[in-house]
Amino acid sequence: MLRFALRRLLAAIPTLLLVILLAFTLVRIAPGGPFDAERGLPPEVEANIARAYHLDEPLPQQFLRYLGGVIKGDFGPSFRYSDYTVSQVIGGALPVSLSLGALAMLLALLLGLGAGALAAVRPNTLLDRALMTVAMLGISVPVFVVAPLLVLLFAVTLGWLPAGWTSGDNISRYILPVLALALPQVAYIARILRGSLIEVLASDYVRTARAQGLTTFRILVVHALRPALVPVLSHLGPAVVGVLTGSVVVEQVFGIAGLGQHFVNGALNRDYTLVLGLVILYAALIILANLIVDILYGVLDPRVRTA
Amino acid sequence: MTESATRRRPASAKLTVVFLLVFAALFALQGCEQPDTAAEPTTLHRGVGSDPDSLDAHKAQSVQAFAVLRDLSEGLMAYDRHGGLVPGVAESHSVSEDGLRYTFKLREDARWSNGDPVTADDFVYGLRRLVDPATAALRVKAIAAVVNANEIVAGDSAPETLGVTALDPLTLEIVLEHPTPYFLELLTHPTTHPVHAASVAAHGAAFARPGNLVTNGAYRLLNLTPGSLVELERNPYYWNDANTAIDRVHYHALPQPMSEYNRFRAGELHVTSNVPPDIFEDVQASFPAELRIALTFTTYYYGYNVTRPPFKDSPELRRALSMAIDRDVLVEKITRRGERPAYSWVPPGITGYEPAELSFKGLDREERNEQARRLYAAAGYSAENPAEIELRYNTSDTHRRIALAVQSMWRDVFGFEAKLINEEFAVLIANMQAREITEVFRSSWGGEYIDAHSFLSVFESDNPSNLAGWSSAEYDGLMRRAAAEQNSEARNRHLEEAERLLLTEQPLIPLYYYVSKHLVSEDIEGWADNVLDFHYSHHLSFADAADGD
Repeated sequence: MLRFALRRLLAAIPTLLLVILLAFTLVRIAPGGPFDAERGLPPEVEANIARAYHLDEPLPQQFLRYLGGVIKGDFGPSFRYSDYTVSQVIGGALPVSLSLGALAMLLALLLGLGAGALAAVRPNTLLDRALMTVAMLGISVPVFVVAPLLVLLFAVTLGWLPAGWTSGDNISRYILPVLALALPQVAYIARILRGSLIEVLASDYVRTARAQGLTTFRILVVHALRPALVPVLSHLGPAVVGVLTGSVVVEQVFGIAGLGQHFVNGALNRDYTLVLGLVILYAALIILANLIVDILYGVLDPRVRTA
Repeated sequence: MTESATRRRPASAKLTVVFLLVFAALFALQGCEQPDTAAEPTTLHRGVGSDPDSLDAHKAQSVQAFAVLRDLSEGLMAYDRHGGLVPGVAESHSVSEDGLRYTFKLREDARWSNGDPVTADDFVYGLRRLVDPATAALRVKAIAAVVNANEIVAGDSAPETLGVTALDPLTLEIVLEHPTPYFLELLTHPTTHPVHAASVAAHGAAFARPGNLVTNGAYRLLNLTPGSLVELERNPYYWNDANTAIDRVHYHALPQPMSEYNRFRAGELHVTSNVPPDIFEDVQASFPAELRIALTFTTYYYGYNVTRPPFKDSPELRRALSMAIDRDVLVEKITRRGERPAYSWVPPGITGYEPAELSFKGLDREERNEQARRLYAAAGYSAENPAEIELRYNTSDTHRRIALAVQSMWRDVFGFEAKLINEEFAVLIANMQAREITEVFRSSWGGEYIDAHSFLSVFESDNPSNLAGWSSAEYDGLMRRAAAEQNSEARNRHLEEAERLLLTEQPLIPLYYYVSKHLVSEDIEGWADNVLDFHYSHHLSFADAADGD
């Protein structure tokens, strides 16, 4: 297992390098630059800026300079947040996105697995249909509709919760953003688990277990759930990274300083270094998440255990 | 069968119980703490739109950053709540006969946020840093008229040669290369504010971070979360601190007007930076007393790229297209928030300046269309040979709707179908500046000082903001004559003549003048609408000083 993990991590290095090269090329191909505005700059000012940020060097040299910094852990200064380095901007936003994302994923797992299992145990009943209708809604109604609706209901109309990311350490500010982030995931997880669980519950060994007099609850928890979780796990790898790294919509609706809006705004503002830093972070997280998922496959199903 | 059914029931029942418990736990969480809607007393919560980028005034690009910087630091001059020019750190000043030499007497009681006295040297340091090529400052225009400023920016002179001198700790002299009647107004801009040399020396590029930043305004920086929140607190050393009413100011970055509006409705914001366009009527009905709409010093326009066909050497076509646009329809049916149709480049409201107006303003719709069609034909176009025109705008719902309206107006009057192209803002900017593929493009211009020059200078041949690429020796000559003119009346006549020429040649189509749109809580006093849309926090106070929120 350890060797497997090590081999995978080593194989990730060329992948990461390729990702950096691609991302660097793409952000630099995009027309426009970080200092373009309707208020034009005199050529002397442009020259001073280009010199200060090394934008006057040939692109390959800029790429090597950047790569050299990355290897030393220096992701450069942010073009837009010029008082900060990219590491500081990301370092400030990462804990916020991680805590929101972890809570949302936890909630999504609890509710999604619960709802999926309930629906699978009672397939084609009223309960199943109701749960799956709600899940379908959760998938099809986009978060930019759900989030403002949550705000409207719980903050503006009822006044129970804050409408935005208030300062100070109170739990209440987490509830609406976490709900907004979790709801689509609840729906996905519930639908995936229901499908795979129904299949597993119809299999021979479950029938045998039933014949031996085990309760459905016991069959479900001890025998059926583990294999049924495999497809859920396949979904979870990328989903966890997606949720952990934040959603630009949720962040903008609530005014949260998370990674999602830094990514989108960084791209729009041509904040080259910030975008590249985030691409590297995302790529590393995805590689890591996929590795964890592959290891967990083996835990859930000994047949796919890797040597 | 019955047996398995009875067995199954407890299973789903158990699951249901687990499920409900989770829900219950989640909702119990909500009761743990009350929402933070009522923060500590006398905290002013302001929406600022998108987030301020840098609090180093020489690196900042966004109007949001400059808005925050106006709270944090103070220049030689400042604005009162109505946008009138008032003394800032300079308690008095004198200008030489020839309008070139400005002498400022600084306040003895001006202090930095760490208690250090503010001296003339701090201004010298700040202004030299602004033009020093090593700083790579973006906005050097404010002091471009100062002796040697342009040479220093270009690297041809040392920063020490800048025409700014500390005669003694409280006397500052600034010498200009040519008279600049609006120079005092430029000295309100944060790029010209003093810089605390010791903290730049100690912290380098990080000097503008919380904990490092030392400023001389009514507020000082307490905390900053990029992308979300800037927290300020009262600067107890500020010379006019006795007149600062509000202890803390929180600037919330909420780029979506709808989020600002919801937080305003939930009582979490006292002031918004915008109002959602889609539900403007609702806002008007719900908050008639809180809604503040005021004309600003900004023009929304379509520019022509006059460096290539079809608009090169064809003022007829340029005039025809402009004439066929019904500006009343744009402001009444599309923008609908009190904007005013524009028939001039310089917005109204400058004392002593009469903006020239497009010749067809007085005509009715039919007469305009008639004339427009004649010009269109004179430019060589007809039903058989229709114009082929691309109209570019940056992606936004309002811009798209305006472009669609203009497209249909042109279709109705001339019968040609303009091609609409929407581009991401950065792409459009790059295309406008390259002038290689643009034909008609959307843009806007806001004046930073109340003088016709702030608009008219855009169309000088060598101005980097002249996106149309228009160049007229006659126009440049008029602008030079105005610059050399000491008498303000005669100067304004030159500027008016320049604008008349501009509107005859029409390298642009002025469409409407913007308005500022704010929601201001009734708990807030001291708010005054002004054309620059600057609202210093120290001009504001809570209606009942006892409870902040």
